Amino acid sequence: MSRLQTVLAALAAAVSLVGLVLALLAGDAPLPVLCTLLAGSLTAVRLRFAWSIWADGAVMVLSAVAILMALPAYDSEPLFFWLALVACWAFAWLFVERLSQAIRQRQVSGKIFGLIIPLIFGLALLFIWEVVTRGANVPQVLLPAPSQIWARLIDSVPTLVADFQQTFLKAVLAGYAMGCGAGFIVAIIVDRSPFLKRGLLPIGNFVSALPIIGIAPIMVMWFGFDWQSKAAVVVAMTFFPMLINTVAGLNQSSSIERDLMRTYAAGYSQTLLKLRLPAAAPFIFNALKINSTLALIGAIVAEFFGTPIVGMGFRISTEVGKLNIDLVWAEIAVAAVAGSVFYGVIALIERAVTFWHPSVRGGRA
Amino acid sequence: MTELAPPSPDAMAVVRAQNLGLTFPTNDGDVIALSDVNLTINKGEFVSFIGPSGCGKTTFLRTIADLEQPTSGTLTVNGTTPSDARLNRAYGYVFQAPALYPWRTIAQNVALPLEIMALTDKAERIARTLELVNLTGFENKYPWQLSGGMQQRASIARALSFDADLLLMDEPFGALDEIVRDHLNSELLKLWARTRKTIAFVTHSIPEAVYLSTKIVVMSPRPGRVTDIIESDLPAERPLDIRETPEFLRLAARVRDGLRAGHSYEE
Amino acid sequence: MRQLLAGKTAPILIVLLAIGLFWYAAAIWMNAPWQQTLNQRAGLENVSAIDFVAQTWAQDKPLLPAPHQVAGEIWNATVGTDIASKRSLAYHAGITLSATLLGFALGTLLGVGLAVMIVHNDASERSLMPWIIASQTIPILAIAPMVVVGLGAVGVTGLLPKALISMYLSFFPVVVGMVKGLRTPEAIQLDLMHTYSATPWQVFAKLRWPAAVPFLFASMKVGIAISLIGAVVGELSNNAGGGLGVRLLTGSYNGQTIQIWAALFIAAGLAALLVIAVGGAERLVNRAMGARP
Repeated sequence: MSRLQTVLAALAAAVSLVGLVLALLAGDAPLPVLCTLLAGSLTAVRLRFAWSIWADGAVMVLSAVAILMALPAYDSEPLFFWLALVACWAFAWLFVERLSQAIRQRQVSGKIFGLIIPLIFGLALLFIWEVVTRGANVPQVLLPAPSQIWARLIDSVPTLVADFQQTFLKAVLAGYAMGCGAGFIVAIIVDRSPFLKRGLLPIGNFVSALPIIGIAPIMVMWFGFDWQSKAAVVVAMTFFPMLINTVAGLNQSSSIERDLMRTYAAGYSQTLLKLRLPAAAPFIFNALKINSTLALIGAIVAEFFGTPIVGMGFRISTEVGKLNIDLVWAEIAVAAVAGSVFYGVIALIERAVTFWHPSVRGGRA
Repeated sequence: MTELAPPSPDAMAVVRAQNLGLTFPTNDGDVIALSDVNLTINKGEFVSFIGPSGCGKTTFLRTIADLEQPTSGTLTVNGTTPSDARLNRAYGYVFQAPALYPWRTIAQNVALPLEIMALTDKAERIARTLELVNLTGFENKYPWQLSGGMQQRASIARALSFDADLLLMDEPFGALDEIVRDHLNSELLKLWARTRKTIAFVTHSIPEAVYLSTKIVVMSPRPGRVTDIIESDLPAERPLDIRETPEFLRLAARVRDGLRAGHSYEE
Repeated sequence: MRQLLAGKTAPILIVLLAIGLFWYAAAIWMNAPWQQTLNQRAGLENVSAIDFVAQTWAQDKPLLPAPHQVAGEIWNATVGTDIASKRSLAYHAGITLSATLLGFALGTLLGVGLAVMIVHNDASERSLMPWIIASQTIPILAIAPMVVVGLGAVGVTGLLPKALISMYLSFFPVVVGMVKGLRTPEAIQLDLMHTYSATPWQVFAKLRWPAAVPFLFASMKVGIAISLIGAVVGELSNNAGGGLGVRLLTGSYNGQTIQIWAALFIAAGLAALLVIAVGGAERLVNRAMGARP
């Protein structure tokens, strides 16, 4: 075992043991917690005997379950409860540490267990969030528990769906299509003129570093409260990344490849279609991916400046005012899923279209 | 191959490999990189390792340097394990590419091992080793301001700067053109004559191996093994035109025969 | 002339000039309907075309203020106003700038720390990296109001909530860039350090860190720009604190378009200055490290 693993194993066993003593002294400790603390203390036998990695995993899962079962039992959780949580966390870390070592040494399949590790991390984060917010009675306005957020999400499905339609299906998609399309077309035009390339590109580069989102109030004034103004913000935010990336991509083909097209006496449009656009595809997809996130941010933040009474940004800003933080989190969860799916779909299309590019052939998106 | 153990059998041996084997596990099964290698490199020798790619010549050098761990047999460097030899800073290693740090000047690059090993009189050592490789005057240049041959000379200076008695060189001139390579070869021989270091040199060029070495180790692949060890009888003083002499050509022919025998089953 | 056109400056200036002309024309077109209404109400008839154009460029709350109106407002609200006054844009820019810089510093530190951990520990790479990449795809800026209000509810107000938003926006590019940067040393360079029996700390200080510096600056340029966006959006949820975001919001409530445009341009100028400052630092450091000019 590495030094880190030894430290973690010692910490896990020692904390379990102290927790066990405290729990026995308290007298009223729930049985599952007692059992897992006992099991945790027993892992000290690894000083003398081999202790399987899977046994660490089992202790981690059992103590997590026991802690969740014990959560409602107290108004304010006793010390041994928190020690059990620390021990559970230490076991999780130790398990992940040993698992990644096993993957490195090819003892277990990296394909399957490489996915399990981030999953464990995500679940552990949710678990600690849940236990700390409920166990330590964190004020709901600061941070609601994941279970509360989930319950609220299930309760408010109709609201969330309406908001999603307003913000995503109308503002984001329309603005994204127009912004990316305009950026693409302008890039093709700019590409034909070296003068425009030199004049417009530095400005485009400069503008994409600016807080374009600030034009939201102006767009609301120009295009009204409904989704059109949000789409306009999205257009402005997505235009420049697309423009810059497409122009850069069109310059990607090498001079040998272009000379080859010249020897075929290929015209401008043939060279564009058969060589330069395919060569530019990785750059164009890069812009499409960057823009998928920008579009969602643009639409949501633009709604902070005024909307009809529907929309994700509207919901977030008004419910924050009413201190309904759990609904805000539910809305953010929807936004997160929408953003990841949007990005994921574009990444999938990219893999299909630019399968020849080294970054795709290498096996990573 | 039994040895009657004299009081100090390894007094002259810098590197001593006995039944050395190294197997890499891969997804397509095990690859035998080294199989049953028996070899002694004595103090002051210039030993070349030659063979086609995959014959384990680089792997053997990396094993001496403790960059790979053998899976069977024994290997000693200066009478200790390779790991202890590395910790004693027993050798300098020159890689195929110069691997100079672009953010350091030539002098700072040469100073890198000195900083890590916390050695004193840095300035004196830098000046001395740069003089050895004829790079005096280039101290404050950055690597990208030098030609490929000069960069590789700087990397040799870096390997010499901490006065290790053993120099391990892994195809150091492989990426250079023929003319620069000839020049650097004769420079290297002069440097070897002046410093009396022990040099282990990996190459895939027959003239280079014959021209430089006192001992040529011919290796062949699948599994990586030593097929012939040739002691050179060329004089210590070797001008470049020694390569046209009958002695030289005879040695080169023997090396070529050894290489051919090593993988005759392929043709 | 031809030489001038072949450079970059002349084309940029010409394009900027074209944008300016287009802007003035758009101002006439967009402000004309309201100006006609105004003139009818005032009983003004037969306004000459030149006067009418001048009128559209001089409205109090125009749909699109002309460039000179915005420039005048910027001048009045910065040089022309006492810097401590709440009407001074310099005062509000200062508030936004301090939140941006604090958040950027925290975010960079956090990002570098995480990257170092990820590069040196297998388990943390496998646990963290997929989530860090996934979190790039979600609109985290949406959390801004909640951070400000949530922290405000437990008594944390002022600079810190906004700086926290800036921090969590700016640390992502730094983590991703630095992980890449700390991994750039090739196997041969790591082997070299191994032959010197260098300690992990020496490998980090003499090889990984200097190799990662160019990546650090590239990420910092992205990071500082989005730090500013984070601070501005954070200000949208707390009208009391001041800042450029508050000027945007109040301008939008009161229909003070000139004020909005002025705040917007100050924010853009600030972003440009910050990026240029990071770029300048980058050039200095690169020169000190012997980069190819």
